[in-house]
Amino acid sequence: MSAHGITRAAQRADRLPRRRAVNRLMEALAALSALLAIALLSLLVYSVARRGAAQLDLDLLTKGPAGAFSFTPTASGFANAFAGSLVLVVLATAMALPVGILTALYLTEFARPATRGVVSLGLDVLNGVPAIVVGIFVFGLLVVGRGQSGFAGAFALACLMLPLVARATMEVLALVPASLREASLALGVPPWRTTLGIVLPQAVGGIVTGTTLAVARVAGETAPLLFTSSLVGSGVSWNPQHALQSVPVAIFEASEQADPTLHAQAWAAATVLLAFILVTSLAARALAARSRRRIATSR
Amino acid sequence: MSAVEAPFEPARRPLSGRRVRVGDRALELVTASAATAALVLVALIAWKLVAGALPSLDRFGIGFIWRVAWDPTVSKLYGAGSFLFGTAVTSLAALALAAPLALGIALYLTELAPPFLRGPVTALVETLAAVPSVVIGLWGILVLGPALRDHVEPVLHRTLGFLPLFGAPNAASSSFFTAIVVLAIMILPIVSSVSRELFLSVPRELKEGALALGTTRWEMIRGVVFPYARGGIAAALILGLGRAVGEAIAVTQVIGGGVAVHANLFATGDTLASKIAASYQGATSDLEIGSLVYLALILMAFSLLVNLSAQLIVRRISRRGPA
Repeated sequence: MSAHGITRAAQRADRLPRRRAVNRLMEALAALSALLAIALLSLLVYSVARRGAAQLDLDLLTKGPAGAFSFTPTASGFANAFAGSLVLVVLATAMALPVGILTALYLTEFARPATRGVVSLGLDVLNGVPAIVVGIFVFGLLVVGRGQSGFAGAFALACLMLPLVARATMEVLALVPASLREASLALGVPPWRTTLGIVLPQAVGGIVTGTTLAVARVAGETAPLLFTSSLVGSGVSWNPQHALQSVPVAIFEASEQADPTLHAQAWAAATVLLAFILVTSLAARALAARSRRRIATSR
Repeated sequence: MSAVEAPFEPARRPLSGRRVRVGDRALELVTASAATAALVLVALIAWKLVAGALPSLDRFGIGFIWRVAWDPTVSKLYGAGSFLFGTAVTSLAALALAAPLALGIALYLTELAPPFLRGPVTALVETLAAVPSVVIGLWGILVLGPALRDHVEPVLHRTLGFLPLFGAPNAASSSFFTAIVVLAIMILPIVSSVSRELFLSVPRELKEGALALGTTRWEMIRGVVFPYARGGIAAALILGLGRAVGEAIAVTQVIGGGVAVHANLFATGDTLASKIAASYQGATSDLEIGSLVYLALILMAFSLLVNLSAQLIVRRISRRGPA
């Protein structure tokens, strides 16, 4: 079709003004859609920040919410949510990071092609499982019979992080020059020490940026936590054996209420969350671009 | 004597190497067992979903999938029908809205934009994907929803109201329509970034050949870029559809809830994912929880289908290789 289309188009030289006009129209539409995406992002960030900034104060970070049966519904903030999010994300990273790195090492250093295909298909499938389904899965696995807990929530987040960390690590491991590996083996260093002592350290930068992106992603996840770590009191808790509040769940709950003061707090918390996520993911991207350039030039 | 032996020192350990082989075996074993984690998780997810859905599977069987009902109080009948309908309507409409925009963005970034703009604009579009769904949902319910209800829905209703799609707007700021717009925003970055990579892989000679034959840039895109990337565009759209179908939080916030099959885009409803998310506090009976897990099972089956088909397409393309 393509070759035919081109020759036909080229034969229609007599209709050049029309063809030029169509071309210009299409180019303008493409540029407009790019502009629209950027406008959407700016609008989103602006309308969150404008509503949130007015509410942003230390109380949001230091005080817990007014309890449901509290007679003094004055002092309130999202302190329990920020504390809970911190614990959940740290625990999730502690679970997903080692498994993800080891998975990537296996796939790049040891696995036969057939095994590699199966495992990386598994990673892709896991990556494609909707977050809410992961939440239901962990609910069935860890919550039924035992009740919600921070551990269950962190495990759900770790399920989402694992494919991200593994994929990012594989990508940097693939960039490590084969000559380094060969030089090490030629010097008589055994393969396992080559892997751990030579190959892995080269990839540390990429692993850090990949993990940062994964953290930025799961820090904003609500769906996996609804069924695993959401039924909480109003006190600040650091104990992952009980359900922990988190920033996304707190925003979600506030947005489902009709109370404008809760909406105001939700905007403030959303501002903090959005700022954290945008700063970390942009920083990680910039770092990744730099280290990719460095590896490319060192080769 | 020692002077003779010294050069051979490094070689000695690998040669006498039981310890070495133990180390290699150990590392391979440790990494291999970590690598099974992903497979084990996928199997566990499938098993737990089927096991959790059993009460509902036993009671309703396969008919659950198309029954339009969700009544925990009186009839105690449950079904996925209206949620499947809501999922299909919202995600297909969102894809229809997002796809042309995403392709336009990808074309702009690969063919049209001046080189110094490409990096920053790409980064900005991908940043849109980093915004958490709960924040988009908050914005959707408090800002976008009211704006659409007051300014867009009445206009569409007046001008296109003869179509059942554009019925009377409801008083709340939540509707299918709001959900469609929110989903379109959320899948825009993934569709555009996958298509961008595809367009980048179109061989330069083909593009230059077309231009040398006297085509305009748009004719070159239509005649060379699109046909070359056709399979990949399909994969990008499938991935976007999968994302839209699986999105729970933002949709729950803006879609309003309800069990009904109707053509009016301005009325409320639920999708599979949003129904699950909305029920996280209310479900008490075994049958209702089982039915929620059944919904999750349907969702999982669909996302598996989406992933495998996108994978298949991508594999076929990479087998074809750089032409």
